Amino acid sequence: MMHVRRSPEEIAANRARYEEHQKKGLEFAPKVLPGPSPLPALAIDAATIVHQETIPGGWYWSTKLLRGEAIRIDQAEGNSTVALVAWNAADTSERINLVDTAKVQWTTALGKGRVIFSDMGRVMFSMIEDSSGAHDCLMGGSTAASNADKYPGEKTRNTRDNLVLVAGKLGLDRRDIPGILNLFAPVRLAEAGGFGWQKKLSNSGDYVELRAEMDMLVGFSNCPHPLDPDPAYQPKPIVVTRYKAAVPATDDLCRTATAEAVRGFENNALMQA
Amino acid sequence: MSDFIQTSPARTVENAAQDHFIPAEAPWSGIVRKGQTIRIEDSYGQQAIDTLFYRAGEFSERYSNQDTMRMQGAAYVGIGTKIMSNEGNVMLIMTADSCGRHDTSAGACSCESNTVRFGHGTKYLHACRDNFVLEVSKHGMGKRDIVPNINFFMNVPIKPNGEMTIVDGISAPGDYVELVAEMDVLCVISNCPQINNPCNGFDPTPIRVLIWDGED
Repeated sequence: MMHVRRSPEEIAANRARYEEHQKKGLEFAPKVLPGPSPLPALAIDAATIVHQETIPGGWYWSTKLLRGEAIRIDQAEGNSTVALVAWNAADTSERINLVDTAKVQWTTALGKGRVIFSDMGRVMFSMIEDSSGAHDCLMGGSTAASNADKYPGEKTRNTRDNLVLVAGKLGLDRRDIPGILNLFAPVRLAEAGGFGWQKKLSNSGDYVELRAEMDMLVGFSNCPHPLDPDPAYQPKPIVVTRYKAAVPATDDLCRTATAEAVRGFENNALMQA
Repeated sequence: MSDFIQTSPARTVENAAQDHFIPAEAPWSGIVRKGQTIRIEDSYGQQAIDTLFYRAGEFSERYSNQDTMRMQGAAYVGIGTKIMSNEGNVMLIMTADSCGRHDTSAGACSCESNTVRFGHGTKYLHACRDNFVLEVSKHGMGKRDIVPNINFFMNVPIKPNGEMTIVDGISAPGDYVELVAEMDVLCVISNCPQINNPCNGFDPTPIRVLIWDGED
């Protein structure tokens, strides 16, 4: 069958445009990011707190989170990974999308100043504070099988089953479980593509604060990461504080740090108009 | 357009159970039975082929990029990669690969993400997400069933510091992957229409899919 190729001029013009975006994304954007938030975390103004939940090690929880609210996720007792998923409360077919989040920001390394996208080109969360910068959007969570391999003979809970429960109790099912973001999971890739656990990237007492940029349903699973080097199954509790965030200023970091975030928020504004 | 490259005496063009030409920018879907081998051929080179798999007859079990990466402890897809489902089952195994670099971290392009990446002016360009929605709709599925996919022949190196960028594909005309099915699967392909990044050399081209019955 015949196939008509594009002209060299059109190809060259599109390549030049891509390389300009790429240069901005890879070189300029990281320079404006502030680095990790200070430790220890400052206290949240009690008057703004909507709810505080302690999720026991191994367990799951979900909450409604309204636009303009935020959640702080605290490691109450030292390092532990928390898996996060989220859906648009008004249309749960719109959900957290880590592959788009990484691709459009030209990095898998999320930290303070970055945003987390849905599959619809809109911003779900702004990462307004983050003391670690050590999160994993690639490897997913534990399963019954991975726990059985890692902790033979032990009774454990796992992220896959937890998220089936989270989804089920929201009227969703396993078709609705998106790829997960592992918070506090210092996973890095070697050049050849192998995953490694960089324990030095984690600090005791690490915390993340995520501001909701749309009304959402947010799910958590508090289980050890598959690469967690601790051979014993001993997940620690984490504390999630839902609070009313300050109204973003016009020069808000997350809304202005990159051209991609600016365009994502333009898409949000259109949805919320 | 390239010539067929034979990988096994048992698999020729003549004895293929199915042989599909997939035009540039088009979707395709078909069933691959357990034991069958599917070849996905990048006929012109430098063409990203966005691919999803669902268990035939039980579509709620489907490809999972995170489980696939977790199980192999590595980010890139290559020979020996077990294509894993969200239920932790092996769907297919990659048995041949003449290219050497395939992605499963960067997902599919969409009109929506294109606006974020490349500007609102790129909204009305055909995209893989639209191919996927159209194709899975033929099987009773919708957008919620479209999960992060495999991008055969797409070159997305991730640096140790996390930096991730789509660079020029390294596939030559005729490069192929072959996967043997470990369960009956529905394969859904979007022959990527993206012209805003190098995943298709800024010039999407046709591809070919062949399926052979098992050798035993």
